[in-house]
Order: sequence, then C-alpha cells, then structure tokens
Amino acid sequence: MTEETTGGAGGDAGSQARRVRVVLVDDHRMFRAGVQAEIGRTEETGVEVVGEAADVDQAVTVITATRPEVVLLDVHLPGGGGVEVLRRCANLMGAAENPVRFLALSVSDAAEDVIGVIRGGARGYVTKTITGTDLVASVFRVQEGDAVFSPRLAGFVLDAFASTDAPPVDEDLDRLTQREREVLRLIARGYAYKEIAKQLFISVKTVESHVSAVLRKLQLSNRHELTRWATARRLV
Amino acid sequence: MPVAAHPTETDEPPLRKLYRSADGRMLGGVARGLAGHLGLPVVWVRFVFLALFFADGLGSLLYAVFWIVVPLGVGGRAPEPRSLFETAPDGRRRLRKPDRGQVFALIALAIGAAVFVSNIDLGGSANRYIWPTLLIGLGVILVWRQADNARRASWTEEGRRRRTLQIARGLAGVGLVGLGLTAFVVVRGSAAQLGTAVTAAIAVLGGIALLAGPWLIRMSQDLSEERTMRIRAQERAEVAAHVHDSVLHTLTLIQRNAEDPGEVRRLARAQERELRNWLYKPEGTGKDEDETPDTLAEAVKKAAAEVEDKHGVPLEVVVVGDCPLDDGLVAQMQAAREAMVNAAKYGGEGGAVQVYAEVEGRRVFVSVRDRGPGFDLDAVPGDRMGVRESIIGRMQRNGGTARLKSAPGDGTEVELEMERADG
Repeated sequence: MTEETTGGAGGDAGSQARRVRVVLVDDHRMFRAGVQAEIGRTEETGVEVVGEAADVDQAVTVITATRPEVVLLDVHLPGGGGVEVLRRCANLMGAAENPVRFLALSVSDAAEDVIGVIRGGARGYVTKTITGTDLVASVFRVQEGDAVFSPRLAGFVLDAFASTDAPPVDEDLDRLTQREREVLRLIARGYAYKEIAKQLFISVKTVESHVSAVLRKLQLSNRHELTRWATARRLV
Repeated sequence: MPVAAHPTETDEPPLRKLYRSADGRMLGGVARGLAGHLGLPVVWVRFVFLALFFADGLGSLLYAVFWIVVPLGVGGRAPEPRSLFETAPDGRRRLRKPDRGQVFALIALAIGAAVFVSNIDLGGSANRYIWPTLLIGLGVILVWRQADNARRASWTEEGRRRRTLQIARGLAGVGLVGLGLTAFVVVRGSAAQLGTAVTAAIAVLGGIALLAGPWLIRMSQDLSEERTMRIRAQERAEVAAHVHDSVLHTLTLIQRNAEDPGEVRRLARAQERELRNWLYKPEGTGKDEDETPDTLAEAVKKAAAEVEDKHGVPLEVVVVGDCPLDDGLVAQMQAAREAMVNAAKYGGEGGAVQVYAEVEGRRVFVSVRDRGPGFDLDAVPGDRMGVRESIIGRMQRNGGTARLKSAPGDGTEVELEMERADG
C-alpha cells in the first residue's frame, strides 16, 4: 500500500501532536476491519478508532457514548441508513463544544445517496475506493470543521446547481458564485486544495472557505429541485 | 393459477388452450374465445349459442359453464383491427370504450329476452318465477363480468380509474340478485312474509359470514403473501443468476491470478463497474453496454471504461451536464481517448487518472489528468506524432483547441475544448 511509504499523511501540519478520535459505522465487518487496519495505526496516522457500529441503533449508542470527533458513516445501513443516523445525532452535530462531525464513506456514488447525506448534515463524502492516505487527510480536514469534496461530489454539485431553470428561492443560497464554481471545477478535475490555491492565486484557507460555503449552500439551499434532481439520477 | 393466461405474443403455441377472449366480447367472451379456438367466425358461434338457448335454455347453461371453467385470456384469435379504440387521436393510450355495437347488441338482447319471457308460457306458477330468475341472472352476469375486468385490469394496470365504476357495477349486480331473490320470496308467499324471510336470510348470511369470513380473509392473505413470495423468489433468482455469471467467475479468476496484482486489480475494477451498472442503471434503459453511445456522457464513460480495462489503470470519471454527440464532439472524444491512453500508459503509477467532462452552454470541455512523472513538453522530439497529431492536430482540424500542461514530477493534464455544432 502506498501510505506505507508516505507515512502519516494526515500530519502534514505536525500531526504527531494531533489526535483524532473516530467511530466507524459500516455494516460490513470486513470493511471496518480493512479501514481499521489502514488508518487505525494511531502512532503513524494520528487516528484513533474508538468505536465501531454495524447498524443505526448501534451507531447512535456508540456515538453518544464515545463522543468522537469524526464519524465515518456508511450510507447504506440496516435500520434506516446513514441519513437516519444523521437525523438522530443532529443534537451532537450542533453541540457548541466538541461537536461530532460526519464524513460519509460509501461504495455508492448514486447522486441521491450523496446529496441525501450531505443534506442530512455530513461534512463530506468520499467513496470507498479512496486510499488510506487520502482518507486520513479527509478525517483531519473534517475534524477541523472543513468540508471534504471528492471529485465526484464536486461534479454532482456543479450539475445540480447548473440548471437554473427555476427561479431561485433564496438568491444567496441557490446560486454558486463564479469563484465557487471555479474551485468546484478544479476539485472535480482531481486537483488538491494546494494545487487549486496555486492555480487560482489564492490561499489554501480561501479555497477551504469556498468549499465550506458550497457545502453550506448544499445543505441549506431550499431549491426544491435538488432532491428531484438527485432522484432523477440513480447513477452518473 | 393460470399464470400462463398472461397475454403472450406467441403466434402459434404447440398446445392450444382455450381461453375466453378479453377483447371485443359481449358478455364473458366465451363465444369469441371459442371462435378463435375453433377458427370459426364469431357470429356463427353466437348463433349456435342463441339457437341452443331456445332449446330449453341449454345455450345459456352451456355459456355459463364455459364462463366459469374457461380462464380469461387472449384467445386463439388475434384481436381484430379495433385498435382505433385503443389509442386516442392525441396518441395517448386510453381505455377502450365499449363500442356502440356492443351496447346496441346488449339492449337488443335485453329487449329480445323481455319479449321472449313475456311470450312464453310455462304454465301454472312457473311463469311467476321467470322475472326474478332473469333479474338474478342479470346480476350474476354483472358481477362476473366485473370480476373478469378486475383480472384484466391487473394485467394492464389500467384499473385505477375504473375502480369506482367497478364497485358500482358490483353493487348493482348484488342488488339485482338480491332483488330477484326477494321477488322469489314475494312471489312464493305473500308480501306479509317478506319481513320474516328477509330477517331469516340476513341471519343465515350473517352466520355464514361469521363462520367463513375469517377463513376467507386468511385465504386471501395467504394468496397475496404467496404471490409476493413468488415475485421475490423470481427477483432473487435473477440476482443469483447475474452474480453467478459475473461476480463468481471474476472471483475465480482473481483466485487464479492471485500472484499478479495488476491483473487482479483489473478484474476487480471491471467487475465493479459492471455490477454497479447492473445495480444502479435505471430500469428500461437496456442493460447491455455494447451499443454505440449517442451522448457525450456515455461516450466519455465508455472510452474511460475501455482504457481502464485495457491498461489496468483506474480512471475516475466526472461528467457535468450532457449533450448529444456531433461530428466535432466525436473528434473531441477520440482525442480524449488518446489522452486517456497516454495518461494510463505513462502516468498510471501515480494513482487514478482523473477524467472530467463538462457541457456548459455551447462549450464542451474535457480534461484528462494524471499524477505521473510528467514530462517537459519542449523536450519531446518533433517526430513524436502521438500527442501532436492525434490530440492537438485532431482538435484543431475540427475547430477546437487542445492545451497540454505538464511539468516533470507534477503529472500531466490535457485540456480539450470544442464548440457544439447546434446551439
């Protein structure tokens, strides 16, 4: 695996000091074991897996009990799916101190699944083919309150916000700014934040704030077509 | 139950089964079904039934037996060219209305029956029973036809709008039968006994309902449960067949090629893509991939899938928007494919190749990006025609532009832009 050579990639900003407590929610034991093996070596990655859950009820119990900083959440779960977990943990997400943040991690890349969990409050969405290195980096990014967009999620968002045939309900939320579109486009093309910053002559922090703004619009936008759009595309 | 009665398009099945005809029938479709089965004109069969009817009502008895025993289906005869009634002028499919001929025939039948009934004299008290009998018969016919319609609706899923009508018809039928039975009672005794008779009848009916009701309900529940089970079993069989065909074979291949990580990855990826397609592709879009794509998104995905299979390097495809392909876009797709091949060949070890396509207004943009070693563009010798001809040259010849961005150690990106021919 490549992360052996690159080492603790989560820690480009001095991660040796940083620790992040993570709960894994996935109904496949094999997959949990695999992720645990890839990112769970705490000394190297800075990620500490403090709990695992296989269905919605278990997830809510474990998350409430352990209060992790990040939850890696599968979209398809027995008992109502990831969206149900998000709904029942809404109070933890909004907590003033030590908020629990969710990163959706799924094998599905169907638009309705992706949009569903993001609307439910997840801070990002990555597919299960992601490398261990990238996953660790994403976990840290989410822990800092930042958003994580995979190229495919960026594509979905661009697509969903592109069709402006219906008049927006809220101008601020229902449109992406030119800059946000540019950032998303570069994410969709596979650029890393650092590369995007270089390309657009802005700082990485600015890139991050653009992405977070897009996430907020995605979660709050009351474009009614958004859901319809997502259901219309079972798979892209 | 005769699942086989489901309308099939087989022109000449080896074993011809008798069905009542659902199309163009007057009462139960018996005559039409028989005619289709025997290869006779419908009118003849109807005449025979009518003639037999005058032989002490044998015709109606026969007809009733056929109606009960023979399942409703599309008879041996293809529906006559009555399609005028099936599709409305605006092209919308709509319920076939009972055509005028059928209504007239029914009215004529009723009048004829009335005349017949009032004319015959069976002598004595039997005369008084004819009208009640007729009422009961009419009610039974109404209810039975309605049951047929319900079955037919379940084939064609057209029943929803007609549900109220069906209920009304059922109630009317039951009402007629009840009226007939009451008339029987009234005719037999005096009207004074009516109250007692009705009470007794209600008591008996109530008793039967109490005794048989739960059993009937359970039976219908069992039936519908069995039906869902069967549907589920069919679905499971289909999934099992697919899993067997593709997934198990792939897993076997992977076990055999365990020492060759590249091959294992290639197999796993190809299988993943196929399974994903099969699982998530919307119904009715066709499950096979072999057709030539006619939109940009399909073309990009197809090209990426082929390159992925051939070179064993993952390609992550993101498409925003879509549009039909035209000549310029076909050229762009060829250039993109070439770029993907290059990226897979020279930049594949750096991880997945990123393919991005976007349709924005008239502009179609495609980028192919790898994270390989990259190269110095100026250092490429002039005789290397691959990039210059098949990517840059091809785009320029078709009125588009191609840009190459690469630096040693920083991967390579090819950007292709093309205007769509039609706005």
